[in-house]
Amino acid sequence: MSAPDLSRLTRHTEGGRVLVDDLGKRYGGAGGVDAVAGVSLDIAPGEFVAVVGASGCGKSTLLRILAGFEAPTRGRVEVGGRPVTGPGPDRGVVFQDYGLFPWLTVAENVRFGLRQRGTPRRRAGQIADAFIEVVGLTRFADRFPGELSGGMQQRVAIARVLANDPAVLLMDEPFGALDALTRTQMQHELRRLYREAGTTVVFVTHSIEEAVYLADRVVVMTGGAAKGVPGHISDVVPVLLGEDRDVNAADFNALERQISERVHAG
Amino acid sequence: MTSPTSGRSAAAGRAALGFGVLVGIVGLWHLGVRGQWVLVFDIKMGFLPEPVEVARLLWDFAFGGVFDDAFSGTLWQHLWASTGRVLAGFGLAAALAIPLGVLMGRYRLVHAAFDPAVNLFRPIPATAWVPLVLLIIGFGSQATIFLITLSAFFPILLNTVGAVREVPPRLVEAAQMLGTSRANVLLKVIVPASTPGIVSGLRIGLGLAWVILVLGESNGIEWGLGSMITLAREQVRTDRVVVGMIVIGLAGFLSDRILVHGLKGIFRRRPLVRST
Repeated sequence: MSAPDLSRLTRHTEGGRVLVDDLGKRYGGAGGVDAVAGVSLDIAPGEFVAVVGASGCGKSTLLRILAGFEAPTRGRVEVGGRPVTGPGPDRGVVFQDYGLFPWLTVAENVRFGLRQRGTPRRRAGQIADAFIEVVGLTRFADRFPGELSGGMQQRVAIARVLANDPAVLLMDEPFGALDALTRTQMQHELRRLYREAGTTVVFVTHSIEEAVYLADRVVVMTGGAAKGVPGHISDVVPVLLGEDRDVNAADFNALERQISERVHAG
Repeated sequence: MTSPTSGRSAAAGRAALGFGVLVGIVGLWHLGVRGQWVLVFDIKMGFLPEPVEVARLLWDFAFGGVFDDAFSGTLWQHLWASTGRVLAGFGLAAALAIPLGVLMGRYRLVHAAFDPAVNLFRPIPATAWVPLVLLIIGFGSQATIFLITLSAFFPILLNTVGAVREVPPRLVEAAQMLGTSRANVLLKVIVPASTPGIVSGLRIGLGLAWVILVLGESNGIEWGLGSMITLAREQVRTDRVVVGMIVIGLAGFLSDRILVHGLKGIFRRRPLVRST
């Protein structure tokens, strides 16, 4: 059984460009705390960018602002040339805790976005079925999320956003709640899906190994409200390791160590 | 995890235990009446009918053929009349409380508008409403239905508000990032996500409806379990009072089972009703 060709299912020829300019987020008004400040980032269409950093460095805040769940208090965010004013289907979000609708089956979860945006029932069903097949869950299409393992639920969540054909995929520690074995497997699958779908990906993680394995560029964030310095980007490291990456290779480990030093230097 | 068979036998064991306690209560009741026990609160057991007498009367009330008086075989007509009032009052309460509760739980402004009124009216017990209701509505079915609506309304409302407020924000975010409209976030996410809590409220409301029934039917009503109990008390027919209590208890219990299993039948395997 061969998986359907993703490029035929997605209607975007390429992912969206993500532009972040002098972004700041302050909680609690004038005398409040700066969660992030002075964050600028230009992500090319179709690029895979991982954001790493210690807890509280503002990497999740950055992602939530990109998603439109939170408004910045300063600066500008554009996705695909349009300013971000709120959540929208051009930016699919994959959450660490999946965020699946427990009262809907796998198939219903995956076609939810399509149906909400007016895709006719039959067509939505066909697209959903194809993406369920892509993530290998055809046998579980009529199950409910509560009946699935964490890894399977996250696959449903990924199928759900991919079916919705986003220009940008925003992933907030998506594999953080999974066991090590499942996690490795999911990373592998995500790389395959990414290559086929061609969307832009912003992937937040605290695992440097995961970032180096997946991304074209690794953005290192340091600081954070707890450290008295607002969260900010301290380094951007290109990953020049080619397509087939081996987490045990010497160059992989060297890069991982290099990024690790920069994460902890902040 | 227990295996299905051991799970089933454990459930059977628990059911047997519950049944055993019931048999024990009836046994003590029997002994108490025979021995004319006087218990705490000055409960004079000697004034009670024996369980066997009550069982015979209950049979006669339902099917007739034992005493053949005006009381025989009238259970179904009383039950039918009472069920109609309970359903009307409960249905009206649900129809008002669920939409208001969803809006109050979701929108701060709606909450701010209605919360003070809700908190002022809620503590007034149905018994305190009765004199006013008799004056402005008068004796009868409408007064009963009004009292039931009033009493069932608040638990349904409060459970709905609570359930809506406890909907994980994550689900709303998920819907929003998939391109769901504001109206559909409410209808397709908030409402189903709150359904288990709303159902809990409905169950409490339905239970209260049967409680308030007796109060409402105690004035100026010919047919109804509450009026039957009231009449029995006026005639000092303790046995009929006890029979009426048993029937109302069973009706309340059965209506709860019908509600839960009816909803489970509608929802099928969807996890929308808490398992009990």
